[in-house]
Order: sequence, then structure tokens, then C-alpha cells
Amino acid sequence: MTNNARDAILQRLQNSQPSFDNSDKSVSVEAPEWPIKERIEQFKSILESVRAEVLLAHPDHWTDTLKSLAKKKQLNNLLFAKKGPLGKTIEDAWDVNEQPSLVNNERPISEWKESLFFHIDAAVTSSRAAIAETGSLVLWPTEHEPRSWSLVPPVHFVVLDADKLYNTFAEVVEHEQWQQGMPTNALLISGPSKSADIEQTLAYGVHGPTDLIVIVLT
Amino acid sequence: MQQSAEFHTRVEHALANGQIKTSFRSAMDGLMAKRKAAFPDPEALETLRFRGAQIRANSLSKLHELLEQLENNCHKNGIQVHWAERIEDANNIVLTIMQNHQADLLIKGKSMVSEEMELNRFLEQHGIECIESDLGEYILQLAGEPPSHIVAPAIHKSRQQIAQLFNEKFPDIPYSDDVDRLTRNAREILRKKFYAARVGLSGVNFAVAETGTLCLVENEGNGRMCTTVPPVHIAVTGIEKVVEKLEHIPPLLKLLCRSATGQAITTYFNMITSPRKQGEKDGPEEIHLVLLDNGRSRIYEDDELITTLRCIRCGACMNHCPVYARIGGHAYGSTIPGPIGSILEPQKAGLDKLGDLPSASTLCGACAEVCPVHIPIPKLLNRLRFERTRNDHAGATLGQSSGRTVMEAGIWKGWSWVHSQPRLYRLAMYIITRLRKLLPQRIGPWTQVRKAPHIAQKTLHELALKEGFNDK
Ligand code: SF4
Repeated sequence: MTNNARDAILQRLQNSQPSFDNSDKSVSVEAPEWPIKERIEQFKSILESVRAEVLLAHPDHWTDTLKSLAKKKQLNNLLFAKKGPLGKTIEDAWDVNEQPSLVNNERPISEWKESLFFHIDAAVTSSRAAIAETGSLVLWPTEHEPRSWSLVPPVHFVVLDADKLYNTFAEVVEHEQWQQGMPTNALLISGPSKSADIEQTLAYGVHGPTDLIVIVLT
Repeated sequence: MQQSAEFHTRVEHALANGQIKTSFRSAMDGLMAKRKAAFPDPEALETLRFRGAQIRANSLSKLHELLEQLENNCHKNGIQVHWAERIEDANNIVLTIMQNHQADLLIKGKSMVSEEMELNRFLEQHGIECIESDLGEYILQLAGEPPSHIVAPAIHKSRQQIAQLFNEKFPDIPYSDDVDRLTRNAREILRKKFYAARVGLSGVNFAVAETGTLCLVENEGNGRMCTTVPPVHIAVTGIEKVVEKLEHIPPLLKLLCRSATGQAITTYFNMITSPRKQGEKDGPEEIHLVLLDNGRSRIYEDDELITTLRCIRCGACMNHCPVYARIGGHAYGSTIPGPIGSILEPQKAGLDKLGDLPSASTLCGACAEVCPVHIPIPKLLNRLRFERTRNDHAGATLGQSSGRTVMEAGIWKGWSWVHSQPRLYRLAMYIITRLRKLLPQRIGPWTQVRKAPHIAQKTLHELALKEGFNDK
């Protein structure tokens, strides 16, 4: 059945291939190119306009920023990836009994789904790159920092290296040659979850995080 | 003809409904202003639209190759591809997957193709519960209504109506018409469903042939939930959604987000390329892609009408349409309303069924002016009006000639005959101008809101002769 459908559809499309111009001459779509300082400013202002928080921090002291924000938000716990790129720094910076308590869980999510869904207050992850034009974080979740970490907990902290801040999405795709190999899941995240489905009024924190906090290392 | 009467009744009801008038007008004004602000440089916008149109046209020009490439790459990545000629086939494919997993709950992200399939109704007949998780779609599911806009489905509902609805369905939750409170309530209700569902379903905004990647655009995170948490993910899409290369995605994404709601980008852009790999801790273990034809390959046969398939479903044409803003989405009676619906839906369902839609337009051209992929909507509306009455059976459009009436055809035959005989023409004009007082003052619906045309005493021809113009 399915195979018949496949062949029939493809056959019909092939038989009636249109006669219009199919050239793919690229018209040059003008792309902004900002120096790094402006890039950070643009990134910050556009993210803040959708109620994300963006903080600049020194590469050696960013855990202080993370800690103070986590305390201010009165979080009970913070999910982090011990084996991820931020793992060691975070672990070293936290005292044993310090609040919020650090949670590390390397098991498949299905084995601890309930606590991820209903008990984890916040998660912290790294990011692969970011985009100034649209205020977007680029995440390629990994086995250490799974994709649901940036989705299920109500608060998501992201640590971004300012060197990884590109001008545009097109630039990221081209520069990193994404077509050579895409990961299981690639994400652009550009703010906390939101909806305008009721009377076009913006409400934040629909299904994903209510708070998105970006710590930019400069 | 019965469908035509129903259409007119719906329109009359909509026109008499004051709430539709105010809620749509203000919402559309807001969306138009936001789109305008998102494209401050008209020249840059034109270049980008040109590029968008080119990418979509290019993809369509080699659609069969790209679909095969997409299928190959999906297979390589571990995504299972299914093909469906008609909506029944697509529904059955989804049902079989559900049954194979003994799943009785389907959590759904926003998908216009699943609306086209009427998937919820179908699965419910087979004892499977479907839950819409997009906030707007969820509200409509509670209300038992179809969407009235492709981007903002519940745009016709007021905050108070929604609050009332929640109160009826969930009497245990205290009444509130505060938007934040309502949103939080929905979050809590739906979170449990995401947690429990074994299968999630989504649409697809773009499918990239070169890498076998499915792209999803959304703000709420429900699309990510549906495609991340349940062990099985089913994506349903029309065969026209494929684009050739990954580098084609950034310009299309930019056009889509800015045209739709004036946002620089949506909160989430979700690119899915494979099921969970060895060692990964989450994500579905199985992904199914259902490719639906349902009339699209017939639209594809016509070199002019094929441009219908470029659409990236931004909704800008409806936001800018004076008719849509006045009658709302439901009056159209088709899955997709507004200008794009009026060209797409009659081609899918047949002009015998939805042939009135191409006439429900003033041809003002606002839609074509904003369409990010340059679909010449007014031209296609005209073309479909022609298809509906032509009788040379030379087109592929479903329901061709279904609107042709003997009387109308006779009148035009007579008209063209008179116009090809100079003497007869002059005689006819002489008589009409002299007997103008006797012409009827009431001409059907035309004179309900207008005066009947006033015919001059003398023809232009006579006046010109009198002024000394030469007949030759
Ligand atoms: S026809 Fe054009 S404007 Fe209308 S929804 Fe499709 S892409 Fe958008």
C-alpha cells in the first residue's frame, strides 16, 4: 500500500515536472556584520526584549554570577552535567551544603522522569554558539546535557562563550558547515517559552522554561 | 449548490456578529503593525522575498528528486518514512503506529496537516484520545471548534470566553480571566499529559532534503515536548514542504517569523534529524514521517497553479485581507481560511465543493503584496474563477466547470456574438440607450446595497461622431 502510494506520487510529480525557471542563483541577501561589542549588545537587547536575562561575566568568575542568581531565585536544586563542559567548574565552585543543591543524573530520562518533571527547579547547560541578529542560543544537546534539560525545568541557565557569538543564523550554518552532519537534535532558543494565543496577550512560561538566563563569558 | 448556500449563511452570520468584527479587526491591525515594524527596510524585504520565492520555486521544480533524497536521508538517519495518497491513508498509518505501541493517548503539537486529516476525530473513533497541546489549539479542543487562523488559532475567542470554558471543564480550578493565570493552569494540566503520553505528533515547517532534517517553528515549547518526551514521534506533513538545502532554511525562517507575527525569530526552532542515538538519555526511540499528497500532486500539474504550493503558512495574507478580517476564519468552512485557503482548499476539495471561495475576494491585492514567497494570489483566484466556469476540459483542476450555468454561458455567448457584428452592436446600443428608462431598477443582490447602473442617453460612439471624430 505505502509503497504503491510512494511510487504513484513520485511518478505523477515526475510526469508533470513544471517548466518554470529553477535556477538557484543566489541573490545576495544583505547580512549585518557587527564588531563583537555591538554583537553582544544586540544579542543582549533583543533577548531582554522577550524577558530573558543576560549577564556578562568574567570567564574565571561566572559561577559567582550563577550562584547569586540561583540564590536570588530561591531555587532548591540545580541540575548540572558533571561530565559536561561546565561540570568540573561548577562542582569546584559549590560547597557541600550550599543552596541550591547540585543534582547530577546520568541515567536515561525515562528512569527519573517524575523527578525531572515535577521536582527539578532549574538546569544549567552550555551552548554551542549564539546569534546576535535574533538573540538566539544554539544548542546541540549531547548525552551529557540532554535536550529535555533546556525544556522541562522551569528555569534554564545557559553559559555562552562570547567568541561563539555569530551575526546571523545563515553565518552559523555556513561557518560550521552544518550540512556535513546534523546532530540528533539542534535547537535555536530565543527566550523563555511564551504564547500570545489568548487575545494576542503575551504570557510567559507556557510549556517550556518560564525563566531563561544567559551568562555570557567575555 | 447546497455548499454554496451554507457558505453564504455562514458569511451572513459572521457579518452580523459584532464580536467577530471587533476581535478580528483589532487582532489583524496588531499583526499588520508588528510585521511592518519587523521589516523596516523595504528594499531588504524585497530582496529577501525574492530569495524566499526562488528557494520555494526551486524546491518545487525538482520535487520528486528532493522527496526521494529526503526519504533516503531519513532512512539513513533512522527516521521511518510513510507515503499517503489520501487523508484516509495518512490516518490509517498513524493509527497503525499507535496500535503497534498499544498507545491510547496521543499528545499533539500544532499541525495544520493533522487538521486537514481530521485526525483527532478519526483516532477517537478508534478509542484513542488526542490532546492538543498548543495553547490556542487546546482551548479550541475544549470548545469543540476548529481553528480560525493558521498561526493564532483561537483568535476569535475573548479572554472571558476562555475563562468560562476552563471553568466549565475544570470546575476544581478557581475561575480566573487573567491571561497569565489561564496560561499557568493550562501548563499544569498539559504537563501531566506530556508526562504520560507514549506517542507525540507534530507537523513540519520545513523538511531539508540534503540532511533529512525536520524543522519546527514554535513559541510555547509544546512542539519540543511532543517531539522530545514520548518514546515515539510521528511527524505529518504535505509533500510540498521539502526544501533542497540547509542553507535555504535561514532566509525562509526569517521570512516566516517576521511575516507571521513580526518576531525576529520564534522562541524555539527545533531541528530533528534522527531518533535517539546510542548513549543519548532522551528523545524518541522511533520517528515516523508521514508524507501526505491529498491533491497536491494534481495542483502540481499546472504551471501557474503550482505556485500555490510555495506557501510557508505564515498567515500574513489573512492578516492583511479585508474580507478575512470582516468575516473571520470559520466562515470560509475550509481547514485553512483566508486568501491562501481560498486558492488552496478549492483545488484540494474540488471547485464543485469549495468553488465559492475564490469569489469571496475583492481582488484588492493586499495578500500578494505581503506574501513572503510571492504567490500571486489574486491572479490565482481569478484563474480558479475561470476554471470553475470553463468547459473545454483542458485543465487539471478538480471540479472544473462545476459552476457553469446554461443561462450565464448563454448570456456571454450572446454578448460576444453581438460584439463581433458592428451593425448589430450599434443597433443593440441604440435600442438600449433609448429604452434605458425601461431597464429594471432591481437587479438581484447587486441593488440591495447599491443603485442600479444608470445608462447614458447616447452611446460613446454617437457622442464621438458628433464631436467630429472619424469613424475609421
Ligand atoms: S500564501 Fe503567502 S502570505 Fe499566505 S500564508 Fe502562504 S506564504 Fe504566507
